[in-house]
Amino acid sequence: MLSQMLKQISRQRVTVVALVLGSLMGYASIAQSGDRDGVRSSISPNAGDSCVRETSWMRRNHMELLQHDRDRTLRQGIRSVDGSIKGCVECHVQQDDHGNTVAINAENQFCSSCHAFTSVSIDCFECHATTPDSVKRAAK
Amino acid sequence: MSQDHNKSRRHFLGQAAATTAVIAPGITLMTIAQANQDQPHGASSSKRWGMLVDTNKCTDGCTDCVSACQQENGWGDGSSDESLSNPQQKAQWIRTVTIRDKQTGHTNQLPMMCQHCESPACVDVCPTGASMKRVDGIVLVDKHICIGCRYCMMACPYKARSFVHESLHDQKSNSPRGKGTVEACTMCVHRVDHGDQPACVEKCSSGAMMFGDLNDPNSDISKKLAEVDSTQIRADLGLNPSIRYSGI
Repeated sequence: MLSQMLKQISRQRVTVVALVLGSLMGYASIAQSGDRDGVRSSISPNAGDSCVRETSWMRRNHMELLQHDRDRTLRQGIRSVDGSIKGCVECHVQQDDHGNTVAINAENQFCSSCHAFTSVSIDCFECHATTPDSVKRAAK
Repeated sequence: MSQDHNKSRRHFLGQAAATTAVIAPGITLMTIAQANQDQPHGASSSKRWGMLVDTNKCTDGCTDCVSACQQENGWGDGSSDESLSNPQQKAQWIRTVTIRDKQTGHTNQLPMMCQHCESPACVDVCPTGASMKRVDGIVLVDKHICIGCRYCMMACPYKARSFVHESLHDQKSNSPRGKGTVEACTMCVHRVDHGDQPACVEKCSSGAMMFGDLNDPNSDISKKLAEVDSTQIRADLGLNPSIRYSGI
């Protein structure tokens, strides 16, 4: 009786572990495959050759970098940082057919496309500018 | 049976540790990379940024400093936002105040903003640590952790802080602002960190405002302060503001 119960418990545990590992692997494959399922990589003409880190690293860890460097900038006044949200916007913002700059958090734009796909809300642009200064903004 | 069970548990833990090691290295590497990269620049405690306002030069009715601040930091006329807030609610980082001697009728105008106190009351009362003073004396709000309780607004004797009551969309990239957070003059910290002067000082057409390092005895502002009679507003509170006024 007892051994049967133990067997049942261990079987359940294996199922849970398999589920957890499966979901982790699924997330990893989504994070690595950027160009599928409407998640596109948009780089504006302002951008240089590469991002501040490897693209695959940035896809998973950009939030850590931004959070780390925001404190260095705000509290310590260190402004030459990689994790600058202003830098993200400057490089990744797109223009529409009329040459107007589209907000980076607008539908299907760089930030929002991935965040919509992964169902993660994005609070940065409650406060931060969504386009660089001194550009013509597209009507919302 | 129980031994078998323990074995499989150990096996699982081992696997889990291996999985973590695969996922985690990016984070560890980043920490090391950041530590090596750290430059000694940034705000320095050897400096104390301050201003001297010559109220005799400040022209009655002039609002150069206010509009410069609005354009630089994107509030008031410098922004298309805050259309729903009433004038008492709208942000006001800097304002002009006219003082009048009741006996003589003589009036003086002066700009009033965050006084960047050495012992800021707003920092004392902040429950989250959002209200903070940089080592170079500039008092700021870390809006990432501001909960909008507005204790600092109550504590400030200069009425220097504002609260944002509505969603904003037209921010400047150097001055993030958002609903539910408190804000005030930042002494144009983004410009100061690049070696420039605050916008109000730069745009003051009468030359009434002077900006500099109060700790450096050879700076223009320190020499001027040694030469002229100046005062702090509400000096009796003992907060030791970095903004000093002469001619009042």
